[in-house]
Amino acid sequence: MKKFINNVDDFLKESLNGFGKAHNNIIKVNFEPNFISRNTKTKEGKVSLISGGGSGHEPMHGGFVGHGMLDAACPGFVFSAPTPDQMQAAAEHVDSGAGVLFIVKNYSGDIMNFQMGAEMYSGKNDSIITNDDVAVEDSTFTTGRRGVAATVLVEKIVGSLAENGGSLEECKKLGEKVNKNSGTMGVAFTSCTVPAAGKPTFDIGNDEMEFGVGIHGEPGRKREKIQPSKTIVNNMLEAILDDLKPQKNEKTLLFVNGMGGTPLTELYLVYDDACEILKSKGIEITRSLVGNYCTSLEMQGASITLLKGDEEILKNWDSPVHTAAMRWGM
Amino acid sequence: MITETKEYMSVNFLISQAKNIQIVINENAAEIEALDQNIGDGDHIFNVQRGLKLVVELENDIKNLPLQKGLNMIAMKVLSGIGGSSGALFGTFFMSMAKTPDLDKDINFKKACEMVITGINAMKERGKADVGEKTMMDVLIPVSEKLNELKSGNTDMKEGLSEIIKIAEDRMLGTKDMLATKGRASFLGERAKGHIDPGARSSQLIIDTICKSLINQ
Repeated sequence: MKKFINNVDDFLKESLNGFGKAHNNIIKVNFEPNFISRNTKTKEGKVSLISGGGSGHEPMHGGFVGHGMLDAACPGFVFSAPTPDQMQAAAEHVDSGAGVLFIVKNYSGDIMNFQMGAEMYSGKNDSIITNDDVAVEDSTFTTGRRGVAATVLVEKIVGSLAENGGSLEECKKLGEKVNKNSGTMGVAFTSCTVPAAGKPTFDIGNDEMEFGVGIHGEPGRKREKIQPSKTIVNNMLEAILDDLKPQKNEKTLLFVNGMGGTPLTELYLVYDDACEILKSKGIEITRSLVGNYCTSLEMQGASITLLKGDEEILKNWDSPVHTAAMRWGM
Repeated sequence: MITETKEYMSVNFLISQAKNIQIVINENAAEIEALDQNIGDGDHIFNVQRGLKLVVELENDIKNLPLQKGLNMIAMKVLSGIGGSSGALFGTFFMSMAKTPDLDKDINFKKACEMVITGINAMKERGKADVGEKTMMDVLIPVSEKLNELKSGNTDMKEGLSEIIKIAEDRMLGTKDMLATKGRASFLGERAKGHIDPGARSSQLIIDTICKSLINQ
């Protein structure tokens, strides 16, 4: 394992320390229990948004704390759900009385810990669960699909509504709509290495890729030989379109997300391929996002998310945001 | 008849069991990690190890406390110190054990069984998982059912504990050919088949360790 590490046990703490110092104009890092909050008090009447999850997906979620997005983020250990006391403390810290909306990715550990945190918090609160990954089937016998990159879009769009005075109910409703209108598919070329494990999460051949990989290096649909980008992107989009079934000429946001180890150069190439393929299918791309937003440590690979955007979604996407990882309009 | 002269549940009992379990889990860590990397995301063993370390380190803070307080402190430590599914589930286990009535009285075998049954029921509720879903509950639920039978029946305790060891092992091995429907492994469908569930393996090792130490007491 080659990583910038002093001591494995201090990995998260030291990284959070650096994050706090680098972005002290926007956020503050609280330790024991760990949470990142804005460095300003929540406006009276504004619903607070709190997300969180295992670390290793940076900038998600701490990088999305700030004006127009989250009020707080609770980082767990690498790839491990945060603990209920973190959510409780974050909620007590940020809630201005208008209530707290927890944004939770669909993993057993996250769901359980957020549920317990919500039970321990005495103020008004509700939760939304993201499950945009189309790689794995949803059925009555499963805990369902994984929550992945569309969580970024949910946090941005609901964050805007909350900033503009949306109620807890309205925020939840919009978040659920964004989640439902999104589909994501990921591909990995290499594994990630969890610092505590010290070795790659999975073995993969030099000429192989994992199609439908999860953001923790979990296996996806199949292992196959690597192909030209156009073929890979086409297969990814097909999986998404099968699920989302957009109308012809429906407006969409196209989000190409890096898994952490793939350069932007390649991500833009993927974006180009995706544009061409979507255009040929008569799907209109009206908004874009390209970059490393929902990562899997140093994994090489990318995910594509397509969001069907109605007027409400696009308006809230465009509104000003100022966080460590996303900034426009202010 | 169940003999009532031994210690079945106390703060010191819990700490000494945690120490025993720590040794066994550490010995089997590589195997559990490998199981998790096959079908999960590889964090289970670290979470279990971290949790055991935290509980063992609590010894000086809790050794003189009454059982209920000790259990609550263990619960909060596990809940806030582990994370992942294991933290929530084991935290829930200790928290609900602490809610069993009459913990200030002497704890006999029957009462200890009741506490464990209460704890496992709460885990089942929290994880919304039942048997047959390729999780640790595949081991824990049948164990809880057997404890329920033991506490109300006339089986010899040692014999009963030996049966529990067997049940835990059979059920752990039984997860191998299951399709996962809960937890990270559930995302894999058919690909999860052929691998023992890591949570089932760690739970089986925990039960095995406790039962053996009770039998040899």
